[in-house]
Amino acid sequence: MSAVVTDHEHEHHDHKPSGIKRWLYTTNHKDIGTMYLVFALIMFFIGGAMAMVIRAELFQPGMQFVEPNFFNQMTTVHGLIMVFGAVMPAFTGLANWMIPMMIGAPDMALPRMNNWSFWILPFAFLILLMSLFMPGGGPSFGWTFYAPLSTTYSGDSTALFVFSVHIMGISSIMGAINVIVTIFNLRAPGMTWMKMPLFVWTWLITAFLLIMVMPVLAGVVTMVLTDKYFGTSFFDAAGGGDPVLFQHIFWFFGHPEVYIMILPAFGIVSSIVPTFARKPLFGYASMVYATSSIALLSFLVWAHHMFTTGMPVAGALFFMYCTMLIAVPTGVKVFNWVATMWRGAMTFEVPMMFALAFIVLFTIGGFSGLMLAITPADFQYHDTYFVVAHFHYVLVTGAVFSIIAAAYYWLPKWTGHMYDEKLGQWHFWCSLISVNMLFFPMHFVGLAGMPRRIPDYALQFADFNAFISIGGFLFGASQLIFVAVLVKCARGGEKATAQVWEGAEGLEWEVPSPAPYHTFETPPVIK
Amino acid sequence: MTKTRSLRWSLPTLLLAATVDATDMPLNMTRGVTEISQQVYDLHMTIFWICCAIGAVVFGIMFWSIVRHRKARGVQPAQFHESTKVEILWTAIPVLILILMAIPATKTLIAMEDTTEADVTVLVTGSQWKWHYKYLENDVEFYSLLATPKEQITNRFAKGENYLLEVDRPLVIPTGKKVRFLMTSDDVIHSWWVPAFAVKKDANPGFINEAWTRVDEPGIYRGQCAELCGKDHGFMPIVVIAKSPADYEQWVNGEAERIAKAKAEEQELLAMNMTMEELMSVGARTYTAYCAACHQPSGEGLPGIFPALKGSSMALNDMPGHINIVLNGKAGTSMQAYARQLSLKEIAAVITYERNAWGNNTGELVQAADVHAVMQGKGE
Repeated sequence: MSAVVTDHEHEHHDHKPSGIKRWLYTTNHKDIGTMYLVFALIMFFIGGAMAMVIRAELFQPGMQFVEPNFFNQMTTVHGLIMVFGAVMPAFTGLANWMIPMMIGAPDMALPRMNNWSFWILPFAFLILLMSLFMPGGGPSFGWTFYAPLSTTYSGDSTALFVFSVHIMGISSIMGAINVIVTIFNLRAPGMTWMKMPLFVWTWLITAFLLIMVMPVLAGVVTMVLTDKYFGTSFFDAAGGGDPVLFQHIFWFFGHPEVYIMILPAFGIVSSIVPTFARKPLFGYASMVYATSSIALLSFLVWAHHMFTTGMPVAGALFFMYCTMLIAVPTGVKVFNWVATMWRGAMTFEVPMMFALAFIVLFTIGGFSGLMLAITPADFQYHDTYFVVAHFHYVLVTGAVFSIIAAAYYWLPKWTGHMYDEKLGQWHFWCSLISVNMLFFPMHFVGLAGMPRRIPDYALQFADFNAFISIGGFLFGASQLIFVAVLVKCARGGEKATAQVWEGAEGLEWEVPSPAPYHTFETPPVIK
Repeated sequence: MTKTRSLRWSLPTLLLAATVDATDMPLNMTRGVTEISQQVYDLHMTIFWICCAIGAVVFGIMFWSIVRHRKARGVQPAQFHESTKVEILWTAIPVLILILMAIPATKTLIAMEDTTEADVTVLVTGSQWKWHYKYLENDVEFYSLLATPKEQITNRFAKGENYLLEVDRPLVIPTGKKVRFLMTSDDVIHSWWVPAFAVKKDANPGFINEAWTRVDEPGIYRGQCAELCGKDHGFMPIVVIAKSPADYEQWVNGEAERIAKAKAEEQELLAMNMTMEELMSVGARTYTAYCAACHQPSGEGLPGIFPALKGSSMALNDMPGHINIVLNGKAGTSMQAYARQLSLKEIAAVITYERNAWGNNTGELVQAADVHAVMQGKGE
């Protein structure tokens, strides 16, 4: 997508430097959005390559390709890269591109900070990836880095890991501040709160979540650092600490974090479904309230990740009830989407296909989430492949599918060209089939008793694991079609109209395609 | 379970999964062998069917709409977009379903957490990467290690039936009695999980967790560590044998006797000298079982995490230091204290082995008495 903006004509009033300087110095929300998206795509492939290593090793029982220690590094870094390097920057990229155009603002409110928050990211991930080449390898304690495995018992790459997470956190916090300030201050006159597109609403709520929990993550990695190197004992019972304290702090960040990765997806799907159903979104106000309730509840459920740590019964019950409660606003959202489709006039272009797949598959992930909330049953599910299946349904067929849907949906606006519909449909169907081959059988192996994060397994799991690995390789290969679509679309194709999609409504569809370098320098009038 | 077979059977098995009664196939959660595990299974199935029913309704309406309300059929889109009544309805119905679900879940949870009035108590201690069991009412304690040979893991030998789920010394418990487990750890967090009992509890270093089970059927039950605990997390299985109370009594007395005898032998050993050959052969065996996971069979360790013993100055020059570190471990690292885990003979042998294998040809012998001396010196 980097070619996208370079290609279109440089208008005289743009005043942007050419070549690499344009990208280094840019304060333009569209350029920065593009860089975030390209960066996320690269990270998606690096993290994906690590998943391929994991699936290759698990293809057959026995150790074939890698050592257990390297296997653990792959699961750890795969998780870190996908969460912090792929999904979160992709959403920030979409926010950068779309929020100013959706609210009729000329740019993000804090453009220089915007530049900085992007440009520190590549360094964060460079540090993380380079740690893999240290003697002893990179972080191998899982992306959740439970103490004391990550403190007393970890290698020296931990210091690099901590530093890199700090940089990612700073970047996220700055991105979130920018989104909040932009939405609060730069809305076009007449764009009242309850007129904002849902993508803007969900991102606003996400940004508040980010500001509240990223400092908690920064705190917990710092405690890991001082426990390891400076003789503190936050998580060491021998010095009066408690390893379970780590998990409380981590998941106080970690649970809102999973909503950070799904709320913008709700916004995307709420934009796409009405467009292709040619019918207004059903229950706009209830969508806003449901998103806010999910965000509030996300602070009250963290210990459902910790039912086996030995909690008092009262604590377990509280967290079980709160977690079950989250199903209610989430259900409202799904019902609203279905009601939007009901008696519409639907067409099924690629963005709509991914959005529909999102609704079904994310809901399946929601169902397994509801099952996991039932504490006694969670004792059996916890730390098995059932959990792996659950969070990949919500994160891959949830968050990642929504990002892909968004890319197809707005690509004509970004590049001025229609993408290749046929190739896009191929991408969709290959992804849909392979992703379910990959993650659906994980429910079964998990229920049958296969723990997660193991490099080798008992023989009864062999058949399913071979099948899962094949699904994994196919899913990985399917994403190459996506790259082909993106490159082809950036280079040319049928000219896109301003509205692009027949049913599309909103300010972003009123500017020409491709969107000019500067949009809404004079605020639009909102009816 | 050859490669071709696994590929051939995967797809049909998958398709069958939805239709076949799940009880006979390893596709579903086990019903287990305890009252609690049966309750957990029932909860799991109830919530599963509730999810299926909701899914059928929601996806059914969605697919109906996808088929009927498509532009290709020439329909005109309706423009309705709000209904407070409907919103209240689809908020209230899920709340009711959830309340109904929460009631049995709460009951089972409270029963699971009631560890009072236990007949037998076992202290379960995890360490990298093995379990230690101590029967608090008897003088019985032992370590339980993976028994699958390395050659099976590296694919040089065919894999056995219980590949990775077999141990040298299983935990033995009596049937029909309430057995309480106290869980803790010597190093990182582990998690003791036996699916057939529906018991999964974290073993946290420095803290003690409780769980319990009452098994009615004699049998062999297998499980694994469920919390990532480092390199060999996938290689620390759990095997529990449930025996009738009479058989259990016999076993526990036999174990107590065996342990007492081993202790007596240890005392005799202090006066004896073993030959190099004997020390090296016991040493090699002990090294493979306890040391090779980190320091590697080649003695070269893993650079940056586990130091090499081959050519190390401690193994070549500093014998008291060497004995000390094997006995007491090294604080702040993965090096464990083996004084409790191994016999004097095994410690002497393994140190001799480390000082004479892989070209560390010091020619020095370490005897049980030498180890004992360092132990005493430390104790006083």
